[in-house]
Amino acid sequence: MKINSPLEAYKYLPATNCGECGEQTCMAFAAHLIDRSLKLEDCKPILDEKFKKKYDELTGLLAPEIREVEIGVGDKIARVGGDDVLYRHKLTFFDQTAFAYDVWDTMEEADLVERVNKIQDFRKFYIGEFLQVDMIAVRSTSDDPAKFAAAVKKVAETTDLPLILCSFNPEVLKAGLEVTKDRNPLIYAANKDNWQQVADLVLKYDVPVTLFSPNDLDTLKSMAVTFAEMGTEKIILDPGTYPTGKQLKETFNNFIKIRRAGIDGDRDIAYPIMAVPLTAWMAHDDPVDASYWETVVTSVLTIRYGDIMILHSTEPYAMLPELHIRDTIYTDPRKPVAVDPAMYKVGDPTSDSPVLVTTNFALTYYTVESDLDSNKIDCFLWAIDTDGLGVEAAVAGGQLTGSMVKKAIEDSGFDMKKDTTHNTIVLPGLAARLQGDVEDETGANVLVGPADSGRIPGWMEKNWPPENK
Amino acid sequence: MTKKMKLAQLTDMLQDLNVEALEGVTIEGDIELDISGGGGLNPELAYAIGNEISHMSLHMANIGRILGFPAEQLLASAFGMGEMPEMDPALARPTELMSSKFDVSKIENWRNKIQEVTIGATAADGGSRKSTVTIGGENALPYYFDAEMPHKNHYTMDVFDMPIGMAKAVKGNYEDVINDPAEWAKKVVREFNADMVTVHLISTDPLIHDTSAREAANVVEDVLQAVDVPIVIGGSGNPEKDPEVLEKAAEVSEGERVLLASASLNLDYERIAKAAIDYGHVVLSWTQLEINAQKELNRKLMKQCGVPRDSIVMDPTTAALGYGLDYAYTNMERIRLAGLMGDDELTFPMSSGTTNAWGAREAWMVKSPLNQDSDWGPREYRGPIWEIITGLSLSLAGNDMFMMMHPTSVQVMKEITGTLYGSIEADEIDIQNWIGAEV
Repeated sequence: MKINSPLEAYKYLPATNCGECGEQTCMAFAAHLIDRSLKLEDCKPILDEKFKKKYDELTGLLAPEIREVEIGVGDKIARVGGDDVLYRHKLTFFDQTAFAYDVWDTMEEADLVERVNKIQDFRKFYIGEFLQVDMIAVRSTSDDPAKFAAAVKKVAETTDLPLILCSFNPEVLKAGLEVTKDRNPLIYAANKDNWQQVADLVLKYDVPVTLFSPNDLDTLKSMAVTFAEMGTEKIILDPGTYPTGKQLKETFNNFIKIRRAGIDGDRDIAYPIMAVPLTAWMAHDDPVDASYWETVVTSVLTIRYGDIMILHSTEPYAMLPELHIRDTIYTDPRKPVAVDPAMYKVGDPTSDSPVLVTTNFALTYYTVESDLDSNKIDCFLWAIDTDGLGVEAAVAGGQLTGSMVKKAIEDSGFDMKKDTTHNTIVLPGLAARLQGDVEDETGANVLVGPADSGRIPGWMEKNWPPENK
Repeated sequence: MTKKMKLAQLTDMLQDLNVEALEGVTIEGDIELDISGGGGLNPELAYAIGNEISHMSLHMANIGRILGFPAEQLLASAFGMGEMPEMDPALARPTELMSSKFDVSKIENWRNKIQEVTIGATAADGGSRKSTVTIGGENALPYYFDAEMPHKNHYTMDVFDMPIGMAKAVKGNYEDVINDPAEWAKKVVREFNADMVTVHLISTDPLIHDTSAREAANVVEDVLQAVDVPIVIGGSGNPEKDPEVLEKAAEVSEGERVLLASASLNLDYERIAKAAIDYGHVVLSWTQLEINAQKELNRKLMKQCGVPRDSIVMDPTTAALGYGLDYAYTNMERIRLAGLMGDDELTFPMSSGTTNAWGAREAWMVKSPLNQDSDWGPREYRGPIWEIITGLSLSLAGNDMFMMMHPTSVQVMKEITGTLYGSIEADEIDIQNWIGAEV
């Protein structure tokens, strides 16, 4: 955005402190506009006709440096781009990289449906929610408009996920568009040979388009300028993803150059960037090698500015790290890293239920809590204040000690002798070395649990209730 | 006043004036046009008049629309069209790309060079290593076009002084050497292509075997004998015991320029620093995900203990993918950017304990403990890639050397970081028509 202080945004607001947006003052609202945690449209008064000029001006000032492009419709709509910074700690990255997985129009119909379902059903639970992938890319390997239309139609019937229609043949793209024109698919791609015909299509159907100019940023920019002049800014840039060697090094730097120019204010190139790590399969014959390399390229380009990607491997050992590295990079660094240190109840514990110790690092706490909850283990879960460190680091760094556990007991008001029948504390396996220390400090019995909370159910079967009450 | 004239007269009049088009001419007042007797009308002029009149009628129709009359329907029915004609969009389009040059500037405020640090010493420098490893020296973020990266990334593989619990996928590689640190060290260098070896003296922990510093030093000597690459010496992590263990290890490896792991704020870092200075080693400055603590420890090592700048490497802590890597990544990226922009307390090369990735359950568990999850697939492939992606992300944040565990992880990391560094050649691949590729 063009402004960076709340005061600059405040000048355009009605300054009535009406409170309709939920904030006490217009200045507080302005601060949320600058950190992008609220939208200008949350200010109802400024939508009034008499403020139109100010609304329009402020909208322009607040617009992200990198344009945001929407693909698909409804709940599953994917927004890509929208970034304002080069490093996540400067603010946060917006619109996490959209992962599209491919199908192709020469697949048998049953295989096609099975693959689409596998892609759209893939899920991984993580800190209270599921990590999932976003889109289906349909490649025309037949180059036959009728075949492509049939495949696209089948995919559209099978999933609500946004679609990417992939062909360099405008006739093929048109056939795909005809059967998905109400789904706002992304057209892939216009290149230096077909751009006029593809422009006709994307303007006629009003859909977003990828411009493809492998390793030629002058042509890429020329295409972007030309498409904008023709009347669309729903543009995504693909500078080519070369999978190996010096070519890959150039690809890496192309992504950095495009994003830096865009953030630096070159509006002509300030669009989302697409990567196609699928090209790893053009360099590797062995499927495990190809999957590994695709995951590696995906990770590099997720970290360095890829906003949307087309991928091939649906192996869990590719998808799991891809989903996690994306989450890593797009997690808002401003969100708190710790939960309040306290004694929490999981399920419906009684005085016979175990008392488990963990740390107040949010990741650790939520992982343990979801493992317990998912396995229906009623217990008391004690989040000790470790300055937001995980168990292993806190033990190594001295933030989790016997005296810390004792202090936490005293602070919480929980009485091991009165509130439990067993006076037993279960330590995390990674804190095993504290067993004696905690026993000495608290006078309670101390058991050492498993090193990973995923193994608590099995551990409980063997070790709970404790033998010596 | 109404003036009647015939079109032929208009033609004559305009011809006399040598007018070729009606541009700029407005026709005002009531005009009666008699086009029935249009013989002899100049065709170009007729076209021009027709153009003008049509535009006038469109203008009038627009006024009609503004007043609420559906003029477009009238026009459409008058000309016998069911709907408005579809403009051929291609007519308005450029036929050639509007030429534009891409340009981007280099970062101006990356003016401060990262310190170069050499680990290991050859006979010429009083040691017995066959080769040394130099890291640091960057003037930009890793692999960026802004400045050449002077040294590639380096990989040191873990060796322990006693058998330890390991993920199954890791253990399979070391079962034959698990009781012999020297053989273990040979294996990682000869078979797994390690650039360095890290010997972890974990049995010295009083809560494990409480091995004496002298016995532990024997293991260090054995490893130095067994391999000729530079070595890293790690303690057990016990803050009371480590200073003594590392002092003894530093003494027996005098002149070899090992990396002592590590000095931290929660132990007597002065003893570690002094051992490094006395015997010519490098200190690993270890803090826990906190940039200010890192500055503080580096400052103390330099100012209070007198460790030379070329003898400090930082370990700002590595958290596994999915288990705090976001903090570890951003912490390193901030440290590197601050160093490049002039913070001399942070201009040191960095090391990552990438082996920590194996703590993630995704790396070693047979299957997900949560039944809502999709199938996690075979763990023998999941583990190494977890270590790779953890390390790879930190390589992009500025990390220079990696302490790792699984041979496949090291191999892939060397391949990708070498590629980004620019030292790996590969056949060029034509991706112009990737859509049709059979994959």
